[in-house]
Amino acid sequence: MTQNPVLEFDRLVIAQTSGGKSILNDISLSVAKGEVLALIGESGSGKTSLALSALGRIRPGLMVRHGNVRLAGLDMIRATEQELRHRRGKSISYIAQSAAMSFNQRMRLDRQVTEPAAVHGAMPAMAAIKRAHALYASLGLPDPGQIGARFPHEVSGGQLQRFMIAMGLLLDPDLVVCDEPTSALDVTTQIEVLRALKTGIRENGTAALFVSHDLAVVAQVADRIAVLKRGDLIECASTTEILENPQHDYTRELIRACQRWPVTARDLVAKKPPAAAEGAIEARGIVAGYGSVTNNKPKIEILKGVSLNVARGRVVAIIGESGSGKSTLARVIAGLHAPAAGTITLSGKTLADRGSGRTRDEMRRIQMVFQSADTALNAKHSVGRILGRVLDFFGDKSPGRIAELLEMVNLPAEYARRKPSQLSGGEKQRVNLARALAARPEVLICDEITSALDTVVAASIIRLVEDLRDRLDLAILFISHDMATVAALADQVVVLKQGVVVENGAAPDVLLRPQADYTRLLLGSVPELRIGWLEDTAPGAPAL
Amino acid sequence: MIGYLIKRLLLAVLVLWLVSLLVFVGTEILPGDVAQLALGQFATPESVATLRTELGLDQPAALRYLDWLFGILQGDWGQSITTKTPVADMLSQRIGNTVLLAGTTTLIATPLAICIGLLLSLGTGGWLDRLGSITILGLSATPEFLIATLAVLLFAVKLYWFPAVAYLSPGASWQDTARALFLPVATLVIVVTAQIARMTRAIISNLLGQPFAEMAMLKGVPRYKIVSQHALIMAVGPLANVVALNVAYLVSGVVVVETVFAYPGLARLMVDAVQARDMPVVQACAMVFGAVYVILILLADTLADLFDPFLTTSRKATGQ
Amino acid sequence: MTTKPDLAPLPRQRPSLTLWFSFGVLGAFVFIAVFSPWLVPFDPTEFVTDLPFQAGNGASILGSDYLGRDLFSRLIAGTSLTLLMGLGATLLAHLVGDTLGMLVALRGGWLDVVLCRIVDVALSLPKIIVGLVVVAALGSSITTLVVVTGLIYSASVFRVARALGRDLVGQDFMRVARMRGEGPVWLLFGEMLPHVVRPLAADFAIRMSFAILFMSSLSFLGLGVQPPLADWGALVRENLQGLGGGSLAPIYPALAIALVSIALNLFVDVLGERNDAAELSK
Repeated sequence: MTQNPVLEFDRLVIAQTSGGKSILNDISLSVAKGEVLALIGESGSGKTSLALSALGRIRPGLMVRHGNVRLAGLDMIRATEQELRHRRGKSISYIAQSAAMSFNQRMRLDRQVTEPAAVHGAMPAMAAIKRAHALYASLGLPDPGQIGARFPHEVSGGQLQRFMIAMGLLLDPDLVVCDEPTSALDVTTQIEVLRALKTGIRENGTAALFVSHDLAVVAQVADRIAVLKRGDLIECASTTEILENPQHDYTRELIRACQRWPVTARDLVAKKPPAAAEGAIEARGIVAGYGSVTNNKPKIEILKGVSLNVARGRVVAIIGESGSGKSTLARVIAGLHAPAAGTITLSGKTLADRGSGRTRDEMRRIQMVFQSADTALNAKHSVGRILGRVLDFFGDKSPGRIAELLEMVNLPAEYARRKPSQLSGGEKQRVNLARALAARPEVLICDEITSALDTVVAASIIRLVEDLRDRLDLAILFISHDMATVAALADQVVVLKQGVVVENGAAPDVLLRPQADYTRLLLGSVPELRIGWLEDTAPGAPAL
Repeated sequence: MIGYLIKRLLLAVLVLWLVSLLVFVGTEILPGDVAQLALGQFATPESVATLRTELGLDQPAALRYLDWLFGILQGDWGQSITTKTPVADMLSQRIGNTVLLAGTTTLIATPLAICIGLLLSLGTGGWLDRLGSITILGLSATPEFLIATLAVLLFAVKLYWFPAVAYLSPGASWQDTARALFLPVATLVIVVTAQIARMTRAIISNLLGQPFAEMAMLKGVPRYKIVSQHALIMAVGPLANVVALNVAYLVSGVVVVETVFAYPGLARLMVDAVQARDMPVVQACAMVFGAVYVILILLADTLADLFDPFLTTSRKATGQ
Repeated sequence: MTTKPDLAPLPRQRPSLTLWFSFGVLGAFVFIAVFSPWLVPFDPTEFVTDLPFQAGNGASILGSDYLGRDLFSRLIAGTSLTLLMGLGATLLAHLVGDTLGMLVALRGGWLDVVLCRIVDVALSLPKIIVGLVVVAALGSSITTLVVVTGLIYSASVFRVARALGRDLVGQDFMRVARMRGEGPVWLLFGEMLPHVVRPLAADFAIRMSFAILFMSSLSFLGLGVQPPLADWGALVRENLQGLGGGSLAPIYPALAIALVSIALNLFVDVLGERNDAAELSK
């Protein structure tokens, strides 16, 4: 193992207090001085619990059943409250996924960023402020001398994440623990924050434990990568070693899933050209938003005249960042949100704005799959009941239909008896798809259906959707912010920015020969699974 | 911010108007003829009719409502049917007593309760917290009349320290007044402290479960500072609301305690007026109670707003 | 990996003292309420002695009341009345509050706005005063008491149910059902109800303790249950005069009320903590 490690996990086992199920099994890892170790794993692999244990934090409901965690020799698991407090924020610091939740909404940013200095008495208040402002500047925050006087809600998400990085680096800790520090951000913001974070760590010579589900992101910052799967450490080696010579099947699968990006012309030859005939579903001049409507314009305009059409047997992808209005468009088409202007036609027939004005058959023919299968499935119903209700509602009496539906999404028939809580994330999303298919739709709207899943599972869901499109001749509207997913699935791509379509064309055209600047920026910001990609990508226009 | 306050104020006025409507309709549909009751069951139908005209009861209800409402707006609360004195005079004396009782209790109980609540949040899960939590839970679930009667039994009957009856005479020295007030105030302090402390602990422990509190802990902030700075500043709004509700209760809901100690407060006045069918007094008391509630909630909401930088600062997030 | 690590034992879940206490108290009171005719040593309306406020002795455990009746027997007889009235009022409060609250959460629109305003106004007047006024006007029959109490508390229940409903209505599974064109009956009973049963049950227990305290206060003020019947609140009132002479007669019924109320609150508190723990370890 490494000489004089800063942090060392020694045969750590963390389990649930009730039931005793282990969520981390016998983990041994170490981080050397100045080294960046990445932990990669799917959601539920226990990576956050492992990261927090480095700070001696075991969340309620969990317990350490074996082993220990040593930070510069101190056993963080058995340390006293006092000993922990003296190290946290000083020799080890934490950067969380959601900056918006991790900052106190009612305290100014400067005060929160410099708080570690205040509680540890590490430096005088003025010096701490000066140090914070210097960090703001090196992290690329605008107006570093003034911006810290703001409250958290007065800066953007990407900026807030940078404040958290500044807070983590304030006292020059030996180790920073970064838990998915860029996952909640849009791609164009992610690249900026990633760059800032890497600079911050390198300039200070800080060691880091970097937790992520995204191998391409990790490849940009890590010296070594450890792969976790369901609480087991399956592989740990240098970044080059992992990328070039993975030992484990799961790692290989992970790499394959990440290698879908960047796309090449060869990947896109199978794409169907946009249909010439009229679409199964067509949206024309959709204007929608919130607040009172005057002159066909809502007070807060989300969609500013969007048109598109989707033919059967085709996947049309809508890509855009948060605030682009892509989910609102899905809701308008589904009849969940009445537009202020514009029309929706289904096979040539104009639909009512609201779902309540549509016939039962029209509602049946358009089905929607939501992002989070956790909330889209009623947790109190069994899978059989969830599917059965749809069949009953639409008067579908074909025998064995539930088993058939489960088979269609590659789930065994006995899953009908299970509750959603007994399914994995990927299985839930399959049930969610089956629920939509139970209505025998013609149009399927998929709203970010892979964004809550990890890379490998997402790839299998993509294959399933592709298969269903061909088997059932569905018109699919696929909404996503993930370019690799879109590239794998879409026949046609629509790029949406702040409610306006900036580009709309066949997938190979948009992905390989983008016309609009925004599309180019978007495509250029998606991390590639290649060491040095971050350095090769010139800092583009500031985050939008 | 100013716009917010004006909106709040207008809403409060609207609620008050609705309260006046509810009070009037409520007293209107109560069975029992006021004139008949006032004159007793042996009154002749003629004299009842005369009194009805005198009281304006022969007018249509809508007209009487408007008359009453405009009277109130000009400070004219009407005349008591039983005592024939202006309602405003009766009220002002009782309001003084109620303010004395409610005010003293609030001043003692609020800081005490919030301190206890914060103290209990410091050691969540420890024995102090468990014991304290069960004690305040027990006290807040105990009927006021048990606390009141026990207080009387102990301090008035056994120990002779304080009078059992809180009679306030106009010319009494402040020592006598204080002695008379002691038992009712002590009872109410126990009741209200238990309530507020329990809510404080619930609000704080809810906040301590949020990511920002975990983040503070991972920065090395000691627990007492997480509670007293990070959590407390977020808790101002909900706490103000809890205190406002308890003060409203002290003004209008303490009829049991006023009864046990024969304390001449507003709540007692209203109960007596109900039994005597003295409608002008009932209506006036109900309006005062409604107004106190609405004003207290308005104050609490405004205080909450003042601590919310989302409302007090105008800059909004740029980009995205 | 060489050998499997020896795992530390799991913490045993301690049987909660408070849970057993509240279980025990509630169970005992229900038992007393059900079997009260067989449990009373004396007829609760008969005079056992000529002297009021006698201290307890072998036969008459708690002594006599202000008229010389057996206090213990009267306390036992008052149990079922107190508990049944509390139960009835709470049932009514939840029937009205839950139905309207959930419906309004689902429907939204003008009905929501109007009902919420009405409830706001209703809650601005002190409950005890409203109860006193209405009961004074309508007369103190037991039915009136239960109905008035139930309606007064339905306003608070409405708020709770509406808040629970609003949380659910925003969830995706409700959107899914609406997109399918489901009507309100399925949405309410098929989708929403299973999620709110537990929180509403917790509210029911707390609310019942409030209802019992409330009706006891009415009885204490003389506007509740009328003689010769007596719930615990009325027993406190009847015997209050004994306090001056140092008699504990008014303390026992007040203690009984406190016990039931504390047990109900503790029960919900402990179960809530357990649920939180179960939720965390999912």
